[in-house]
Amino acid sequence: MISLYLPGRTWLHAIPAGWKLIALALVSLTVAPFDSLPLMAGLVLATLALYASLGRAALAQVALLRPMWPLFLILLALHAWNGDVLLGLVVCLRILAMVLLANAVTMTTRMDAMMDAVEPLLRPLALFGVAPRAVALAVALMIRLIPLLFALWESLNESYRARTGRRGGWRLLAPFCIQTLRLSHHTAEALAARGGVPRGSRR
Amino acid sequence: MKDRSLVQIALYAAIFAVLGLLPRFDLPLAGGVPITAQSMGAMLAGVMLGAWRGALSIVLLLFVVALGAPLLAGGRGGLGVFFSPSVGFIFGWIAAAFVAGLIMQALRRAPVFPAALVASVVGGILVLYAFGIVGMSAMGSLSLLDAAKACLVFIPGDTIKAVLVALVAQTVARGMPEALLSRNA
Repeated sequence: MISLYLPGRTWLHAIPAGWKLIALALVSLTVAPFDSLPLMAGLVLATLALYASLGRAALAQVALLRPMWPLFLILLALHAWNGDVLLGLVVCLRILAMVLLANAVTMTTRMDAMMDAVEPLLRPLALFGVAPRAVALAVALMIRLIPLLFALWESLNESYRARTGRRGGWRLLAPFCIQTLRLSHHTAEALAARGGVPRGSRR
Repeated sequence: MKDRSLVQIALYAAIFAVLGLLPRFDLPLAGGVPITAQSMGAMLAGVMLGAWRGALSIVLLLFVVALGAPLLAGGRGGLGVFFSPSVGFIFGWIAAAFVAGLIMQALRRAPVFPAALVASVVGGILVLYAFGIVGMSAMGSLSLLDAAKACLVFIPGDTIKAVLVALVAQTVARGMPEALLSRNA
């Protein structure tokens, strides 16, 4: 399964997913209104300490933030332009800390545990005729479709290369869409033949 | 919800993810500048599926991303993306797909290419950037004007993507007319 989950048995793995989500929400609400540099720096340090307590593999995941550096630079530059570098620094630190904290939750919670934790939140959807099980089915379908679509793209790319000697790139998009829609028709038929999507009323 | 709708919602969510994970396209129009194809996903979902299904497919994608799947461009995912300055764009995709679908349905009688182009530009650029700029300004403590400056660099690339989506919609309409669900809904 593709996931950002890090298998392990740290103390954070042991905490139930629901509690971690509540804690994350509380921290994000608490730090949002403050613009104090020492507070934000402390938060980042505390978050890094949290990562360190989870072991080396967790600490290596900090590198996942690399794509965000250009954004931090732009934010800092814009704030410097307005003559308030300090505020820019505070903002960047706050974002850094929150992204790291949120990733820590993702890293230590299996996807199915996360799904179970949010399931109660999906229950009101039954009022609109959407069964939580239909949501679970859609999630499973989507995850299953991704490798299939990759294989489809690869085969289209290969035939294109056989004909022209070049990579297909964006030219493959239209045939790709047509092929995937054909695939979805078959999937829908197979689903209907097996009793269809779970309804809101019966469980 | 019908079986076909559910499968198509899942399909476009998956296409959105695959577009982000594919190697980058080199667009001839952009002078060989590599761009990720992912932001086409929202336009594509709206144009192909119509307003509600298009928006729901993005909701599904974001739900799975929040559960911990690294499905956004560059392998990003998990709860962290919802705390980054680009969170406005992430939620903006839902509105983008919805508006693009709405326009596509309203222009049902118009030829496909111009209709899809208008839908992609209004939904995938105007609406998306409105959300993106507000999000950037809130997360980065920037004024709306400054946030807009930080976002504007991406508009040329997104314009090319809107043209591409319109081309794809036109080709699909020729090759498999019933696939353009926004038209026969």
